[in-house]
Amino acid sequence: MAKLIQTEEETMLQDAARALLDNSAPVSRLRALRDAGQTRDDALWQEMVAAGWAGILVPEAAGGVDMGHAAAHVLAREMGKTLTVSPFLSTAVIAVSVLRQLQDSRSQAALKAIAEGAHTYALALDEGAKFNPDRIELKAEKRGNGYVLNGEKRFVVDGGTADRVLVLAQSDDGLCLFDLAADREGLTRSSTDMIDSRDAADLTFENVELSGDELLGAAGDGASLLRFGLEAGQAALAAETTGLAQAAFGMTTDYLKERKQFGVPIASFQALQHRAAHLWCELELTSSAILHVGRMLDLDPGNATLAVSLAKARATDTAQLAVREGVQMHGGIGMTDAYDMGFYMKRARVAAEWLGDYGYHAAQVARMRGF
Amino acid sequence: MGGKMTTDTGIEFADTPDFRKKIRAWLEDNCPADMRDGASGEGANCWGGRNWVFSSEGQRTWLERCAAVGLTVPTWPKAYGGAGLSRDQEKILKEEMAAIGARSPLNSFGIWMLGPALLKFGTEAQKQEFLPPIARGEIRWCQGYSEPGAGSDLAGVQTRAEDKGDHWLVNGQKIWTSYADKADWIFALLRTDRDAPKHKGISFVLMDMRSEGISTRPIRLISGASPFCETFFDDVKAPKEQVVGEVNRGWDVAKYLLTHEREMISAGGQVMGSGRALGAVLANSETGLSDPVLRADAMRTEVDALAMELTLERYKDQAEGGQGVGDASAMLKYAGTELNKRRLELVMAAAGSEALNWEDGRAPTWLRTKANSIEGGTSEVMLSIISRRILGLGA
Ligand SMILES: Cc1cc2nc3c(=O)[nH]c(=O)nc-3n(C[C@H](O)[C@H](O)[C@H](O)COP(=O)(O)OP(=O)(O)OC[C@H]3O[C@@H](n4cnc5c(N)ncnc54)[C@H](O)[C@@H]3O)c2cc1C
Repeated sequence: MAKLIQTEEETMLQDAARALLDNSAPVSRLRALRDAGQTRDDALWQEMVAAGWAGILVPEAAGGVDMGHAAAHVLAREMGKTLTVSPFLSTAVIAVSVLRQLQDSRSQAALKAIAEGAHTYALALDEGAKFNPDRIELKAEKRGNGYVLNGEKRFVVDGGTADRVLVLAQSDDGLCLFDLAADREGLTRSSTDMIDSRDAADLTFENVELSGDELLGAAGDGASLLRFGLEAGQAALAAETTGLAQAAFGMTTDYLKERKQFGVPIASFQALQHRAAHLWCELELTSSAILHVGRMLDLDPGNATLAVSLAKARATDTAQLAVREGVQMHGGIGMTDAYDMGFYMKRARVAAEWLGDYGYHAAQVARMRGF
Repeated sequence: MGGKMTTDTGIEFADTPDFRKKIRAWLEDNCPADMRDGASGEGANCWGGRNWVFSSEGQRTWLERCAAVGLTVPTWPKAYGGAGLSRDQEKILKEEMAAIGARSPLNSFGIWMLGPALLKFGTEAQKQEFLPPIARGEIRWCQGYSEPGAGSDLAGVQTRAEDKGDHWLVNGQKIWTSYADKADWIFALLRTDRDAPKHKGISFVLMDMRSEGISTRPIRLISGASPFCETFFDDVKAPKEQVVGEVNRGWDVAKYLLTHEREMISAGGQVMGSGRALGAVLANSETGLSDPVLRADAMRTEVDALAMELTLERYKDQAEGGQGVGDASAMLKYAGTELNKRRLELVMAAAGSEALNWEDGRAPTWLRTKANSIEGGTSEVMLSIISRRILGLGA
């Protein structure tokens, strides 16, 4: 297995990403969007498209740069540091990882549309309050060559603004994955006012009629097609969350050095030093899991499940700790809306739930380790 | 001891293109049957030394065969008894050894601690004299750092060495000296300048434990064993050339050695106790699968243990070709030892009353892990090192 060190190429990508994001998407951008009641940043997304990020996992034949998952994680991590609002995960990671598995011309065209920035995607999966891809009740009834969808999806991230939706449905032949336009008749999207100020929506499908062409793969392939998309998404979300944790930690240690009480910087108090040092250790362990999952998805994708769940579990846990300590060690200012730490805390909570929480992924790890 | 070169140059591993195949074949041909039981930990260890009593003929053969080709210290240069392997090759060697359950042929403080320090700070003559006997398992070393008044505040050592022209005269006391009663030589931190600031008056001195005036008294541990001692120095004469590094600059050597010790203790956690996969431990226990609290704790510990394993690998990858991981060894030690303590708590909880008797063997291991976060610098000291040296938090 490749070494667990960031390559030079990855470091160059990181620097380029940082430059783009610092310029176009500092945390103040999220604040401005929030204040304006917006959850979509088209100009930024087009900038990312131009930089090749939308096509980071798209094959070159379909117009992408095909740099692999470790590279996608570098981008996700940098976005996490400044809480970037973008459909990157839903579109460039999850949708692309699903579509890439199919060779047909419509999937190739879909990949091309993503790389070009013509389409963004959302994944409509959850039906309950917890991630549970095995319990799908939204119905796909066969009618002629096509299907009719009825049912509801919840917590569809980017679902209020995406151009297209991937939806997992139950049919007589098993689970089916469809790729349809979001403005389809019978599909109602109601955006939720999320704590992280980003886009999520509940989707209601009422006799939504689909052609057979909108089914991805064959009937019954839904779960297996989605599996790799989910794993890719979970890993990238873990990377984003780790970036978030690193940034929250950086803000906190900066503050410890700057804030004075009792006539000295609060960084001189051992009680705080040791908690900061402990948090740094946690970040180090989690960073290893992130590097590892990138290598696994790129080099041995068929066996990456353990690495994915390990990364998502660790990242979730570490980010929660980082934001809790972040708020506490800032004192009163950490509780104010005017200070950014709250944004980190709220995003960490949403990221913890999306695509499986700590318990879900720890249980996956345990199962694979013989529990 | 002498300058005799140890490594049999007849077998060449380091530059072999098909390294894995070659090493596998060598292991297959050379590892005795009773050394293939996968055993590790204190009981299964061969520590070597003048007084070592081999547990079996197999243990002796295994040590001799490995020593002959440099595989007791695979990454040391061949000139000093190693095999000159790269880190990648060492990784392959470990994998291949694990595949057949081969025991480590030799573990010792010489290998883990003194060797790396001598390689960096020793004179050529010191390397020639001291390294090959470590590699061959002929000389066993102990570590004379801690004193009754100098534990976490290690630079406060008071055992002193007076310059007597052609030798040092050593007087004082060390404590917690692991295996001092079994060791052949000691590396010690001695005060050579009482007027200098405390970090600047210490020297790193090597002494033969047979020297007149050295005596030891074993101390019993809570685990029942008594592997550590008080060590007394009463007008001990140490030859001048047995100082490593510069006189009064021993703290540099001491610190460097500690980073290696910490890495070793951290990685040791991965093999101590009842194997790595907690799932197996729980599956075999009466309450393990039905007690939701225990199960949840075990899942968390398993997640963290896997991340720790990857972190050890990542740091080794980073350190390759370099000089070890430096201050970050404090992180490895803190995280690794705290994790290991959690693991053994779970092992005990899962085993219930079955593990409460001495014969069972789990209780001593559980108790021994409590020392992991004390020896080589406590967890609190590790956190202080991280916060000051890595994070720049300070007064
Ligand atoms: C099994 C075992 C084997 C050992 N083997 C050896 C050996 O071979 N050679 C050798 O030289 N030594 C050896 N040691 C000694 C070991 O290195 C010391 O015990 C250790 O450094 C702690 O010193 P101390 O025992 O004096 O505790 P103290 O330093 O007195 O510490 C007591 C408590 O105070 C805390 N503390 C101290 N200073 C601070 C601070 N600044 N901030 C916050 N908390 C602090 C500590 O973390 C600890 O919890 C061994 C110890 C054990 C347990």
